[in-house]
Amino acid sequence: MANETDSSTTLKLILAWGFVGIPLALGVYNTLLNAMKLFQ
Amino acid sequence: MGLASFLDREHTVAKPGYSRWLVPPAALCVHLCIGQAYALSVFNLPMTKLIGITQSAPGDWKLTELGWIFSLAMLFLGGSAAVFGRWVEEGGPRRAMFTAALCWAGGFLISALGVYMHTLWLIYIGYGVIGGCGLGIGYISPVSTLIKWFPDRPGMATGMAIMGFGGGAFIASPLSVWLMGKFNTATHVGVMEAFVIMGLIYFCFMIVGSIIVRVPAPGWKPEGYTPPATSSKLISKNDVYVYDAVKTPQFWLIWLVLCLNVTAGIGVLGQASAMSQEMFPGHITPIAAAGFVGLMSLFNMGGRFFWASTSDFIGRKNTYFVFMVLGFVLYCTVPYAGATGSVALFVCCFLIIISMYGGGFSTVPAYLKDMFGVRYVGAIHGILLTAWSAAGIFGPVIVNYLREYNITHGVPKAQAYNNTMYIMAGLLVIGFICNFFVKAVAERYHMKANDPRLASTAKA
Repeated sequence: MANETDSSTTLKLILAWGFVGIPLALGVYNTLLNAMKLFQ
Repeated sequence: MGLASFLDREHTVAKPGYSRWLVPPAALCVHLCIGQAYALSVFNLPMTKLIGITQSAPGDWKLTELGWIFSLAMLFLGGSAAVFGRWVEEGGPRRAMFTAALCWAGGFLISALGVYMHTLWLIYIGYGVIGGCGLGIGYISPVSTLIKWFPDRPGMATGMAIMGFGGGAFIASPLSVWLMGKFNTATHVGVMEAFVIMGLIYFCFMIVGSIIVRVPAPGWKPEGYTPPATSSKLISKNDVYVYDAVKTPQFWLIWLVLCLNVTAGIGVLGQASAMSQEMFPGHITPIAAAGFVGLMSLFNMGGRFFWASTSDFIGRKNTYFVFMVLGFVLYCTVPYAGATGSVALFVCCFLIIISMYGGGFSTVPAYLKDMFGVRYVGAIHGILLTAWSAAGIFGPVIVNYLREYNITHGVPKAQAYNNTMYIMAGLLVIGFICNFFVKAVAERYHMKANDPRLASTAKA
């Protein structure tokens, strides 16, 4: 029972962080690509 | 369960087994959305061609008219955070996030109608007033909840959320350009559709945040956490009522510290592109300058997390001392970098300065919590955000007018910013003095156990 709760919490954490983390990471990557123009 | 009761604070109390690490993504759901405000300028040029399509035609809006949309939004951000702060604290984070979602998405939809009808005042009301209220309520909504969940790392927790506000533009900017491109035709600029779709996306995103968020059960503590036995005088264990907090000198000293730190940062943030090109003509091209601005945005965002997390170890007052002293040195170094033609030194100075600008925003909620306790920190933070609105006026004015003054008095463009840098450094000296005078709040302001005002927030 405790294991089920643990894995459900882990899944929720992955989903929640992925939900905000993926778009943010894509945005940061995109900005970083543009920022590289400073060094070209 | 009806919507009203679903939004109640009582229904957001976490059950055993809830992980506190779900709260930062809930806060980020809101802050990443409202951070779009920093990317509003991508709509400016297309909105000046709604009639002419390829170029501005008679009857099209002017950039100066469109500039008021952002100014209004910032004004209402500060105003609504100050006015609704107590309501946010007492109603709980879910109700606040839901309201922020309605205002923010509603603002986009009303603005889309304004674009469709080509009626600018509808955009002023939609994005500026209603969206601005969404900004203010959304900005403060997760602050006290995060502090309650992370008593061991309040700076890091609020830093994560406020980092999202800095990062929101990274998502919004390419998304806006992509959406406008999708709906752009030879006879139509796709701003209206972009507004509608973005409003709907943001609404869904923020609602997810309001569903995930929970407040800790009364008396909850992180596992294995014991509050430090010997606490610093500058970390209060007592709460101060929101309207008593504004009567203390500490509140106004921190207000000034934030205002001066933000004034110094905001003044150069908006001018970074022009400044870098004018200080290093021939070395920094417009494309490289755009890259520099992008890099500054990344440091603005990263600084929010880094400095707020650092403040958990070195203390809030010391963190602001670092901002003021290091900022002073860096601002004084910029003219030297210009004189010696050192682009690398110039870039390094500005990246650190801008990281501390972001850090100033993200460290202040924990500073307020240390001074005034946890209970009303969100509401007090809301009132403090008026410092941001004030700095939003002072910063650009100082930079723009000084530059103009210097150029009209024959100073070469490359050196026109030197005086501005020294004035910014001077502002940080005043900030240092204000920070120095921040002491523990007098006992007479502390709420007593039998304070009748506690009844309204007994569950908070």
